[in-house]
Amino acid sequence: MASAEGQQHPLTIYWYMWIALFVLSGFSYATDFMDQGYLRWSLIVTLMLLKACGIIFIFMHMGWERRALKLAILVPPVFICVLIWLMAIEADHTWLTRIEFFGESTFVPEAMPHHD
Amino acid sequence: MSEAAVTGSGEVLAEGGKGFVQDFSADRQAFHVPWGKAMMWIFLLSDTFIFSCFLVSYMKVRMSTTDPWPNPSEVFGLEVAGVSVPLLLIAIMTFILITSSGTMALAVNMGYRKDKKKTFWLMVATAALGASFVGMQAFEWTKLIMEGVRPWGNPFGAAQFGSSFFMITGFHGMHVSAGVIYLLVVANRVRTGFYERRGDNYEIVEIAGLYWHFVDLVWVFIFAFFYLW
Repeated sequence: MASAEGQQHPLTIYWYMWIALFVLSGFSYATDFMDQGYLRWSLIVTLMLLKACGIIFIFMHMGWERRALKLAILVPPVFICVLIWLMAIEADHTWLTRIEFFGESTFVPEAMPHHD
Repeated sequence: MSEAAVTGSGEVLAEGGKGFVQDFSADRQAFHVPWGKAMMWIFLLSDTFIFSCFLVSYMKVRMSTTDPWPNPSEVFGLEVAGVSVPLLLIAIMTFILITSSGTMALAVNMGYRKDKKKTFWLMVATAALGASFVGMQAFEWTKLIMEGVRPWGNPFGAAQFGSSFFMITGFHGMHVSAGVIYLLVVANRVRTGFYERRGDNYEIVEIAGLYWHFVDLVWVFIFAFFYLW
C-alpha cells in the first residue's frame, strides 16, 4: 500500500480549521444585513470559496494528496464555468423574450411572511 | 507536508509534476491511495456535477423570470421574542453542519490512532448532529408548505422559487440522511472490531469522512447562492 500510515496530522490543524470555518460562516451570515450590490455579492463568493478550500484541502486532506489525484478531481469542476456562462446567456435571452411577448410582470404578492 | 509515497515493491515515487507524469504513464496504479478512497473521490466528483446542475438551473430560472424573486432573508426569517431575525434557522443549521464536520475530522484522526472508543463516539456525535440538521430541515419545509409555498408557485413571488428550493434542499437533505446511516454503520463496525479483524487501517473512516465533508461543502454553496444571494 502506498501510504500505509494514512493521513495523520496534528490535531491543532483541525482545531484551527474548525474555528476558521465558524468565523467565516459568521461573516457570511453578516452579509445578509448588507444592501444588495457588488460589495455584498463579492463578499458572499469570497467567503464561500475560502470555506470550500478549507474543507477540501484540510478536512478532506486534498492538500496532502499526490498531484495525480489532485488534478484528476479538482480540474474537471472548472468546466462547470462553461455551463454557467452558457446558461447566463440563455437566461438573458429568455428574459428578453418574455418581456417582448408577455410584457412586464403583473405579479402582485398575495402576502408576505409575517415575522414582526 | 506530504510524506513521500512508496509503492508495494518499495520504490519511492517522485513528487509534483514529475510524480504526476510518472503516476499516469506507469501503465499500472495511477492513484497511490486505497482504492476505496479513489472511488469515493470519483463518486464525489460526479455528485459535484449533479449539484452544479441544480444550482446552475436555479441561476437560470432566477435570472430569466420577470416576476420578483422572494426575499430569502424574509421568507426564512424566524420570530424570537417578538423580534424578527433574518435567516435564523439557516444560520443554526449551518453551524450544526460545521460542528459535525469538525467531529468527523477528529474521528478520522482518532481512527488512524487506533483509538476505537473515541472514533466510535465522535462518529456517533457526527451522525447525531446530522440527524438534528435533517430535523430542522423538516421543520423548515413544514413552515414553508404551511405558508403556501409549492413547487409550482408561492404567494411571495416568482413561481420558480418553490421548485428550486424543494429540489436543491431536498436533494441535499437526502444526502445528509444517507450520510447519517452510512456513518452509523461504519461506527458500529469500528466498535465491534470488524475492521481490526480484517486488518484494515481504518481508511474506511476517512472515506466515510470524505462523504460527510462533501455534504458540508455542498451546503456552503447552497447557503451562499440560495439563502444569501
